Amino acid sequence: MPGHHKVFLGMAAGVGKTFRMLQEGRAELEAGRDVVIGYLEPHGRAETEAQADGLLPLPRRRVTYKDVPLEEMDLPGLIARRPELALIDELAHTNPPGLEHDKRYEDVADVLAAGIDVYSTVNVQHLESLNDQVAELTGVRVRETFPDSVLSQADEVVLVDLTPPALIERLRAGKVYPAARVPAALNGFFRVENLEALREVALRQVAEDVEAKRLKGDVTVGREDRLIDRAAPVAVAERLLALVTPQPSSQRIIRRAWRSAQRLGAALDVLIVLTGEPSAEEREQIEAFRRLGSLLGAEVLVEEGDDVPEAAARVARERGSTYVLIGTPAPRRGLRRLREPLADRLLRALPGIDVRIIADRSKRRS
Amino acid sequence: MTHAAVLIAGLLAGVVLALLVVRHMRGDEPPHVDRILFPYVGTQLSISALDAALRIAKAERATLVPAYLVPVPMAMSLEAPIPRDCSKAFELQEAIEQRAATTAIPVDGRIGAGRTIRHALRGLLETERYDRIVVAAGTAHTDGLSSTDVAWLLEHAPGEVVVLRPADEAALAAA
Repeated sequence: MPGHHKVFLGMAAGVGKTFRMLQEGRAELEAGRDVVIGYLEPHGRAETEAQADGLLPLPRRRVTYKDVPLEEMDLPGLIARRPELALIDELAHTNPPGLEHDKRYEDVADVLAAGIDVYSTVNVQHLESLNDQVAELTGVRVRETFPDSVLSQADEVVLVDLTPPALIERLRAGKVYPAARVPAALNGFFRVENLEALREVALRQVAEDVEAKRLKGDVTVGREDRLIDRAAPVAVAERLLALVTPQPSSQRIIRRAWRSAQRLGAALDVLIVLTGEPSAEEREQIEAFRRLGSLLGAEVLVEEGDDVPEAAARVARERGSTYVLIGTPAPRRGLRRLREPLADRLLRALPGIDVRIIADRSKRRS
Repeated sequence: MTHAAVLIAGLLAGVVLALLVVRHMRGDEPPHVDRILFPYVGTQLSISALDAALRIAKAERATLVPAYLVPVPMAMSLEAPIPRDCSKAFELQEAIEQRAATTAIPVDGRIGAGRTIRHALRGLLETERYDRIVVAAGTAHTDGLSSTDVAWLLEHAPGEVVVLRPADEAALAAA
């Protein structure tokens, strides 16, 4: 049976991930479990080193890379030692060539596969899917990344949180880096705006992870039928679905939906339902929407179906949407008067989900 | 006298109509302009340049395709989301749409990303369908294409290119 993996996630160095991991490791040790330190990177922090006191460190493996002597985690030694719990720092670390794996998260996978529980630490900017977002927010691109699946497959993700002013205070007090590195850190990565952005990303990441595990849990305990039948699953994270047609006028809906998503910190899906073969102009517009979606960080979905509300409701349920946004319907004339309006049908098909009609503001009377 | 005037007017109308028919049959009519590409940059768009582009679109009964060009830093993927730039682009696009709405000119906005303005422009020319390009050159008070980018456009863009040098006056601005 594979081991239990608990990840301590933080927004940046110095928030106390390693400290917290060691604290919990000590608690396990005191509870009578066999705990070892697989790899610890104390960064010369006195508080961290003190917390490691009493925990057994596994001897490190010495390797030489480009004539530089390095100390790395001894993976074969750890597996041979077979503790009940291993504490392994820096999940995104890149190993020097010649070891079993390129990345430490791969070492951790082996340790887990050997039936050993693992506590590990990582910063949110190392997450592969967030790499671009973090680079844009902070102007700093992190080279050591790890796949999102490592986090989503972890049994527990614990957010180690600290407010940006408190972290900067710790940095100034020399608790994060040696004094010589503090000015450069304060002028570079450790700016309040950077830390606030990273903290938001980390908080959202953990919220999404909790939500994903909650939904997955519903399925794995045999309640899949309930999940599908229950039209409006309760969601922690907001998710918007903009229903558009492949026409230039739909850009207004995408813009408004995207702004709402930005304000809510929500994901945005843009849905186009094709009821027939699209014309050349429509195909062109779909491609333009796809390019726009990529720049906005929104996903553009194209579905085929005769019944637009039915297709939209299905996609909204599948995506866990909490809002559906539609454009102002055209005036109903002729036989169309007999049909139930789109908004009404969506409200009926998606109980508990907000349906918002986007008005054309250029038509607003002053 | 009145009868003579009516007769002359009728004859003139007949001649004009006949000329139009002949011209149409010969295929002398200028080709129909469907879409006018209007690439722009920065956060300050000259109102006079925009109005000129809108006048051309109205005269041609064409759709104006305003395209905001964004340079993406090398450290970022070209496919990466760029929310701050999109936000600026949307503000300008909405201002353009509002101005176009007063003269009922259809607008089909775009955002073009590239490593440089020219790279974004090249990508736009490759992906968009257009019949004419209208660009505003930069001035001291408004953002616009640089002289080297305009020169590149004149050399490389297929079709007609109209370069506007706006007067230094009011501009549409993104916050």
